Amino acid sequence: MKTSQNILLVGVGGQGTILTSKILSTGLLNAGYDVKMSEIHGMAQRGGSVSTQVRYGEHVHSPIIGRGEADIVIAFEKMEAMRWMEFLSKKGKLIVNDQQIESAPILAGKEVYPEGIKEKLEQRAGARIIPATKMAIELGNIRVMNVIMLGVLVKEAGLEGIDWQGEIRKMVKPRFTEINIQAFQLGFTV
Amino acid sequence: MKELLTGNEAVARGAYEAGVTIGSAYPGTPSTEIFEALAQYEEIYSEWAPNEKVAAEVVVGASIAGARAISAMKHVGMNVASDPIYTHAYLGVNGGCVYVSADDPGLHSSQNEQDNRYVAVHAKIPMLEPSDSQESKDMIVKAYEISEQYDVPILFRMTTRVCHSKSVVELGRRTEVGIKEYHRNIPKFVATPAACKRHHIELEEKLERLEEFSNQTDLNFTILNEGAKIGVITSGISFQYAKEVFAEQASYLKLGFTYPIPRAKIKTFAQQFDTLYVVEENDPYLETQIKAMGIQVIGKESIPITGELNPEIIAVSLLGKKPDYMESETNLVKGRPPTLCSGCPHRGLFFELSKRKDAVITGDIGCYTLGSADPLNAMDTVVCMGAGVSAAHGFAKVFEKTSDNRKVFGVVGDSTFFHSGITSLIDIVYNKSNCTIIILDNRVTGMTGHQENPGTGYTLKGEKAPIIEIAPLVRAIGIENIYQVNPNNLKEVREALNGASVFEGPSVIITKWPCALKKLHDEEKKEYALAQWVYAVNPEKCRKCRMCLKIGCPSISFDPQTGSFIDPNTCVGCSVCAQVCPFDAIERSGDA
Repeated sequence: MKTSQNILLVGVGGQGTILTSKILSTGLLNAGYDVKMSEIHGMAQRGGSVSTQVRYGEHVHSPIIGRGEADIVIAFEKMEAMRWMEFLSKKGKLIVNDQQIESAPILAGKEVYPEGIKEKLEQRAGARIIPATKMAIELGNIRVMNVIMLGVLVKEAGLEGIDWQGEIRKMVKPRFTEINIQAFQLGFTV
Repeated sequence: MKELLTGNEAVARGAYEAGVTIGSAYPGTPSTEIFEALAQYEEIYSEWAPNEKVAAEVVVGASIAGARAISAMKHVGMNVASDPIYTHAYLGVNGGCVYVSADDPGLHSSQNEQDNRYVAVHAKIPMLEPSDSQESKDMIVKAYEISEQYDVPILFRMTTRVCHSKSVVELGRRTEVGIKEYHRNIPKFVATPAACKRHHIELEEKLERLEEFSNQTDLNFTILNEGAKIGVITSGISFQYAKEVFAEQASYLKLGFTYPIPRAKIKTFAQQFDTLYVVEENDPYLETQIKAMGIQVIGKESIPITGELNPEIIAVSLLGKKPDYMESETNLVKGRPPTLCSGCPHRGLFFELSKRKDAVITGDIGCYTLGSADPLNAMDTVVCMGAGVSAAHGFAKVFEKTSDNRKVFGVVGDSTFFHSGITSLIDIVYNKSNCTIIILDNRVTGMTGHQENPGTGYTLKGEKAPIIEIAPLVRAIGIENIYQVNPNNLKEVREALNGASVFEGPSVIITKWPCALKKLHDEEKKEYALAQWVYAVNPEKCRKCRMCLKIGCPSISFDPQTGSFIDPNTCVGCSVCAQVCPFDAIERSGDA
């Protein structure tokens, strides 16, 4: 018996994973769902692997999602999508931003960023690849990539009925409101 | 009104609603945000203390003076604070008093995995354990009632997953309880042996009455599901996990008041089931006590003691139910180990230390623990807050005996120095040590997320405060050989390390430069001239020697064909790489 929907958001520190999760979970709360969101911070700094877990439904118990239990995994970076793929339900949807962020050992030439991740993700999990970083740059600010991905997520999760633009207005600085609204719509219609 | 709050925010909200007026704490993951949230309430005086012991003593005083008071700390912080807490249990309260312990199962950001539920038993103070944010708020309010009714301080035990998860909280209103009158009461509040012999007897009596309370309170409640053959006894976040796994296939005894445990209630519950599980994270705290009652339960023989618990572990260990998932291709996944940030002022110092292969470096708790990581690898030990200073002295005394001429350096951050490095430095002076203490003054408490401290000139509430200057403090303790350097200037660092190395006797090097991520106060913007440019590699001069990679800066990447490259978006112009390049290939470039 499944009583809640599970969304796992993963990325690299600095990509806006946590802000996206906040917008998502507040929107779900205002829509009347019971919501739990879990994120661990501490040693996770810029450049570390980041994950937040959002669960919603009539009543949610555990704030964390187990392996094979996420209805949607939304990854802001390719290698992170592969790292967290185990959490995706076999019936779940994997949405991946087509961006590559190299870790410190890769930058230092001690390791190599793995080849062929995107193909493996498509082949193994039917991943939907979104060029959100490219789209954000074209829109004028690379940092709105996360909100483009939020737009994609809302569509995929069937959560169109919630006032997401209102939530975005409440969460982002006024001078970035317009570009974020545009980013959301772009993601929603992609 | 409903809001999504973390457990930490909910604790602060609970303290507000309970009419708390005084709070004192030292930051520590996962507890830090409790006081960041508490500072938002104007009705509550709240502060960062230099360490948890000081914070607890402030709260003891405030409680005796008649205010409802709160302190919060990470689990290892409670070790520091335990001296006042254990005796506070004997003395009792005037205004109610709560100590929050935020434990870290899974060691997300800690040096050990200690289970502070045992502190309640050891200190003989009642304990509450919330399992989500609503309970975190409601149980804080309840904790103050219990504290005042039974005349004892309360241990409020949380874990990382409760502290940092957001869930829905129905907010209440603040009850103004005011501040009780204070009158001198020597037999009660002066902890002499004669008084405390009596207090101990009284405390044991209180604990008996508290066990009766534990049996009656609805903080300990039962959920009976029809036809369920399994009984689960649980507390804290483990309750949520157990509900996830067993749903209506089990009945539950959910304990929110876990010291003293409700033995009568447990006995009644246990009689109804042939199969009884105790589901708890880390140590067998409940299990041991329940087994001592002669009740057969299954616990730690199945559920591991180590690491953070989750529903999957419970399902596998108790039901043999394996998760169904697609395995990721691990060869396509590389680690993202934490590194010192671009422009981190610790980098220059650790780079210079890393070149001294004959040095012993005792480290401490903070971002600079990453000086132990690749490629710097410049550290021998890390133990606890302050041990970077005192352990250096221990090494130096051994090396004196063995005529070992390796130089001993102890490194400690500014906030950690204020926390517990000062007394250690006194030991070094008093006992004539021959080691060098390096105080990494980055003008902020960094790793916990940028809190003010006695050296920064601001309080938790954002008010201006006197700055405790480190150099005069160190001089007053008796250190005569003091260097103050800019850690981004490698020549200055090198000269200080050389000078300290040849000096007979104790010395101190202060590396003073703000954290690269710190939002500077106006006066700091004047004091620290941040670079107005970034650096770039001139490809014609780069000989691909990889020297710049030895500083471990995340802005620098290397390609065997084209050589080194500096990401202009993340470079902050600290210039350390330019100073280490033997071919002057790293040059000033565009604007920062």
